[in-house]
Amino acid sequence: MSKLKVVHYINNFFAGIGGEEKADIPPREMEGFVGPGMALNNSLGDEAEIVATVVCGDSYYAENLEKAEADLLEMIKKYDADLFISGPAFNAGRYGVACGAIAKAVEEKLGIPSVTAMYEENPGVDMFKKDLYIITTGNSAADMRKAVKKLGEFALKLVKDEEIGTPEAEGYHVRGIRTNYFHEKRGAKRAVEMMLKKVNNLPYETEYEMPDFGNVTPMPAIMDLSDKKIALVTSGGVVPTDNPDRIESSSATKYGIYDISEYDSMPADKFTTIHGGYDRTYALQDINRVVPLDVMRDLEKEGVIGELADYYIATTGTGTSVGNARGFGEEYSKKLLADGVQAVIVTST
Amino acid sequence: MRLEVGKIFIEDIRFGESTHVEKGTLYVNEKELIDLFIEDDRIKSAKIELAKPGESIRITPVKDVLEPRVKVSGGGTNFPGVVGNKVKQVGEGRTHVLSGAAVVTVGKIVGFQEGIVDMTGIGADYTPFSKMLNICVVIEPEEGIESHAYEAAAREAGLVVTNFIGEAGRNIEPDEIEVFETKGIIEQAKMYPNLPRIGYVCMLQSQGLLHDTYVYGVDAKKIIPTLMNPTEFMDGAVISGNCVASCDKIPTYLHQNDPIIEELFEKHGKELNFMGVIITNENVFLADKERCSDGVAKLARLMDLDGVIITEEGYGNPDTDLMMNCKKVEQNGIKTVLVTDEFPGRDGKSESLADAVKEADALVSCGQGNIVITMPPMDKVIGTLEDIETMIGGYDGSLKEDGSIEAEIQIIISATSAFGCNKLTARMH
Repeated sequence: MSKLKVVHYINNFFAGIGGEEKADIPPREMEGFVGPGMALNNSLGDEAEIVATVVCGDSYYAENLEKAEADLLEMIKKYDADLFISGPAFNAGRYGVACGAIAKAVEEKLGIPSVTAMYEENPGVDMFKKDLYIITTGNSAADMRKAVKKLGEFALKLVKDEEIGTPEAEGYHVRGIRTNYFHEKRGAKRAVEMMLKKVNNLPYETEYEMPDFGNVTPMPAIMDLSDKKIALVTSGGVVPTDNPDRIESSSATKYGIYDISEYDSMPADKFTTIHGGYDRTYALQDINRVVPLDVMRDLEKEGVIGELADYYIATTGTGTSVGNARGFGEEYSKKLLADGVQAVIVTST
Repeated sequence: MRLEVGKIFIEDIRFGESTHVEKGTLYVNEKELIDLFIEDDRIKSAKIELAKPGESIRITPVKDVLEPRVKVSGGGTNFPGVVGNKVKQVGEGRTHVLSGAAVVTVGKIVGFQEGIVDMTGIGADYTPFSKMLNICVVIEPEEGIESHAYEAAAREAGLVVTNFIGEAGRNIEPDEIEVFETKGIIEQAKMYPNLPRIGYVCMLQSQGLLHDTYVYGVDAKKIIPTLMNPTEFMDGAVISGNCVASCDKIPTYLHQNDPIIEELFEKHGKELNFMGVIITNENVFLADKERCSDGVAKLARLMDLDGVIITEEGYGNPDTDLMMNCKKVEQNGIKTVLVTDEFPGRDGKSESLADAVKEADALVSCGQGNIVITMPPMDKVIGTLEDIETMIGGYDGSLKEDGSIEAEIQIIISATSAFGCNKLTARMH
């Protein structure tokens, strides 16, 4: 059986091209392994081999993110690799970020399993831990031998689709991904045990640390709406009757943009709500209760607001992950801005 | 209050000439059970079907699961205030349980929130009810019936059938008797002066129609926090009228078999002093949330507790109640442990809760409900599969041609119920 093909990414320094004075070199490729690639190749054993090494200067990558990525992907593509490894970057910040960025791009755009390695304080860890497995290393190249061995062994597991264990067992940075498993004790028992520890001032470990949602600084209040264009956005799951975008009744993975330009009030025969988290009876009787189009039209006619946008935007709020919700908002706010919308009323349920 | 709970182990369920228990087998008579509620003009037709662990059966949409019990002595009757027209205090004397059997109410969906119980396969691993001998009451509502009327009809049918079946255990000698007792607050505190005084704050789902719980027949939306003896739960004082996301649901069966109450009694008198239960609700109005969380903290202080375990039913909106309860109790110098489930999205990368307070530093997780699994097709369906794709956890394309279901585990009854009845949990990877 032929060996699995691996492409390795390193920077100017580890490629032996030069130190800081060569950090501005653009991407280039070389056959086989280079520098620490030799030790990495050994740790891959008989099952895989490094067929090519791609190199880029750390500051070139940082200053030319898109071009560096595009050029590197072009080079990597042709090897038809089974696996991609970048680093180890230890505590070198620009290198760590480049390793994470290129590994993520290779995985997402070329569909090749990728892994990298760096020290916990490397900014690349926080930036890419959710996207990639990042093997832990010491904070300098003094750790190279151990790091490369860990990296190679883990990479093999990844490419062979073997079961990956906990961060502690496998030696990768905690990714921040909540993963289910069956404990040997039921939750209620663990709750009582945790209570006894806490109340007796003994150390205990919470099973979930409180998230920090971050704060969004609100825009300043609008004192005069009469010349402003307003749009309605809802998480109440109001969609056209046939739910053309198939928005889910919980844990929404999409949002929809729906035309209301010809209506003065939400027509019950054209719209419905598919939200699974509240009793829909009253909403179905009068959809304006969730998307207050009737009142907005009144305000438009009276000149209280300048104009109502032609469309409203909807998704389902219940169970929808913060990540998805954040993504929707970031995306459709671009459209709202492009369409001259200056303020939004969001109705939630 | 002191309650003797006598368990009669049921090893098998079968149809029979009459509803009775004989040598560990529960016989049910279909006509007897249906006659109990079929005159209800909200119901068009009904049938009884049986499902046993390991059988290739899928039960869906499931509305409630209940345990057959009967009050043999001690005043009051099973399911006080919701069956028959008597309501008396319960929680004392002796109660018999047909242990191993359960009644499941099934029928076309009311809201989006009913779920699945698979008796075998991967889906069975996630629900406690795959291990029960299930007597399914399959209901067909009248045409055009209003959803609240349908929900009430199905709930009432389930209660009356379960109560009737429970009667079969009245004169049977239990296989095992366990005694549960908590005394009046001052006496209880004096009984174990050196053990930490622990209370259980039980949050009841009350977001509103189709998401309701009843206490002695009172809609939980209308209560303010109050004290209960843990044994009252064992006599069906708290019942579910709730179609919240199935994975999160606390069916009546689990109110009757509350795992926190069980675990606290396990250690009662040995490592802790179980003082009692504070029940509260999860109303959607901010004023109610403030009023009730203040009330919880006040009661915990009045009981002079050292710590409370707080559980919730539901996610999203009630996460706020959970956090408000936690914060206010902690600010009164009482330690808290929270029990809840998580919804960090299918990739597990988002925040698991909709709200957070820094005081919530001790949390037990019942697992994340967003992961997608594929449940194999079953030979038999009790109920109907037609609603799968609109049920919570389901989506366009969930129901495959071969009958298998690819969906979030949200769709499985009590897969992640936030009071720790299961072993499912989650960790950071």
